[in-house]
Amino acid sequence: MEQLLDGFATALTPTHLLLAAIGVLLGTAIGVLPGIGPAMAVALLLPVTYGMEPTGAFIMFAGIYYGGMFGGSTTSILLNTPGESAAVVAAFEGNPMARKGRGAQALAAAAIGHFTGGIIGTLLIVLLAPFVAKHAVDIGAPDLFAIMVLAFIAVTSVLGSSRIRGVASLLIGLTLGLVGLDEMTGQQRLTFGSLHLADGIDIVVVAVALFAVGEALWVAAHLRRKPFEPIPVGRPWLSRADLKRTWKPWLRGPAIGFPFGAIPAGGAEIPTFLSYVTEKRLSKHKDEFGKGAIEGVAGPESTASASAAGTLVTMLTLGLPTTATAAVMLAAFQQYGIQPGPLLFQRESGLVWALIASLFIGLTLLLVLNLPLAPLWAKLLRIPRPYLYAGILFFASVGAYAVNADIFDLLLMFVIGLLGFGMRRYGLPVLPAIIGVILGPAAEQQMRRSLQLSDGSLTGLVNSPMAVIVYIVVLVIVFFPLIRKFLPKPTPPAAPTPEREKVDA
Amino acid sequence: MTATKSWLRERSELGICALLVVLGVLVLTDALRIPTDFAQRGPVGPKAVPILVGSLLLLVAALLARDVLRGGRGEAEAGEDVDLSAPADWRTVLLLCGAFLANAALIGVVGFPISGAILFWGAAYALGSRAYVRDPLIAAGLSILTFVIFNNLLGVPLPGGPLMEVF
Repeated sequence: MEQLLDGFATALTPTHLLLAAIGVLLGTAIGVLPGIGPAMAVALLLPVTYGMEPTGAFIMFAGIYYGGMFGGSTTSILLNTPGESAAVVAAFEGNPMARKGRGAQALAAAAIGHFTGGIIGTLLIVLLAPFVAKHAVDIGAPDLFAIMVLAFIAVTSVLGSSRIRGVASLLIGLTLGLVGLDEMTGQQRLTFGSLHLADGIDIVVVAVALFAVGEALWVAAHLRRKPFEPIPVGRPWLSRADLKRTWKPWLRGPAIGFPFGAIPAGGAEIPTFLSYVTEKRLSKHKDEFGKGAIEGVAGPESTASASAAGTLVTMLTLGLPTTATAAVMLAAFQQYGIQPGPLLFQRESGLVWALIASLFIGLTLLLVLNLPLAPLWAKLLRIPRPYLYAGILFFASVGAYAVNADIFDLLLMFVIGLLGFGMRRYGLPVLPAIIGVILGPAAEQQMRRSLQLSDGSLTGLVNSPMAVIVYIVVLVIVFFPLIRKFLPKPTPPAAPTPEREKVDA
Repeated sequence: MTATKSWLRERSELGICALLVVLGVLVLTDALRIPTDFAQRGPVGPKAVPILVGSLLLLVAALLARDVLRGGRGEAEAGEDVDLSAPADWRTVLLLCGAFLANAALIGVVGFPISGAILFWGAAYALGSRAYVRDPLIAAGLSILTFVIFNNLLGVPLPGGPLMEVF
């Protein structure tokens, strides 16, 4: 508690308050822009913080994160074509509301939903994160390796329509992560004698290339000649009748969102959908669903924001990113030489608590600033598309160049950007690749450390109860398609080996 | 001949399999070249993980090829500004790549304010903007503003080039 107050003291200085406000505004503005989700927003804004001290930088990131998520739902509601998965559900009810002239109410329900979900989620961070961190200090290399394996498996299995394509993407990421000097022996791997590659490929370059360059090229190849017309909107407000319908969904959202955000199951996609289904079931206005029921905006938006908070718990205490945005933020931490994980709360206590305090401040600013600014954000949706995508490439180049002031990084980003283009064309999800680049090297270290302790015996990987439990979960996920076959109606075992890719294809 | 062509066009995803195979072979050959006789700490050396990743790349390439040949198709990504019903517009993509590479080639020579403006204008032109007065003005304004903000305010150095030496 005392640490949190110290955090507030740090975050409430005029400079930091200003940074939080800039973060919220930039995050929302960029998140509102069509085609830019929160992950790309954070990736594109990374270079802005290169010259800052870490505390200020992360206070700004906190604003960008929540701002970007809110911006994404604004786009969903007013354009009906969500650019990123967390905002898909917002379009279900939000867009019909906007078309019926209730766009202002939809935006208000979304904004207050984000605020409520975010505040409850952040309170849960305050309560849970130190506890998790304290216990996570004791977990050893085999447990960490098991958790990372779980993250790899979950990210390739839970998301997307095809497992085999998810695995392909993960392996591409792992390959990129191998480039550079082996951390334990200093041997060169995949550097082909190049000095530029000896330090490894910068994660910022990979993230910006896959998210921004790949996306810009992909959209360019299929640019809609006549962009959707956004629905004009006034200042958001809610009537008493609306409030009566929304306060319960706002409070229910975090219960679904927070736990899902904390586990590696793809962030807000699944919980927002679950929240939508729940609200539909509980609503007294079931007939309105599909035609603009305000509960269907309030619940999922609160859920999305709480899941972002849950994501932060896992990222800060275990160093494990569960969403693309968290992966990019982890890259930002590493940029400052700070390694999120169990020890973060001891080593960088001041920074962590300032970050958590700034989450509260950022959320409040988000509500205060975004309600009056909503009509302005709606105008951003009319930006000419050539400028939008030219701007994305422009800032991607600034970001990649600024990392090391090296033209080589621009060329590297171009090549990986082309890869991102191909991945979008053939349905390879981008998230597993990013997780692979970031967690791959860490997972290798933990595995080798475990085997070192056990003197090379493979039992060293499973000699703790926690590791065993995690591996059981992994097996359940891997064989789920097979298990599911037996669940509804027991059929005779057809194949001894799981034919996953056939089921998924 | 045309039959083969359309068969391949229908299954262009096999190109991804080829890419995975190339990556896999690359990773494996590179791993085998790593000397392990010295400097190894612990039972697992620097070779093990690359060999695992390389082999898995080959395995996944084979499984993906099987999936494609059996009729499986990756779902192209949709988005706000993406119209999947239209065929891919390669001219735009190539022009964009040109604008991007022009920036990479010129940034060291003429400095960021000029090369960035070329990138923005080139990309906007590639994407169909034809305002011959407004586009270059926006490009130049954005580029110079970005340079000043990053270089002078945020402390992130960018090459100024000859243009900025005048001031």
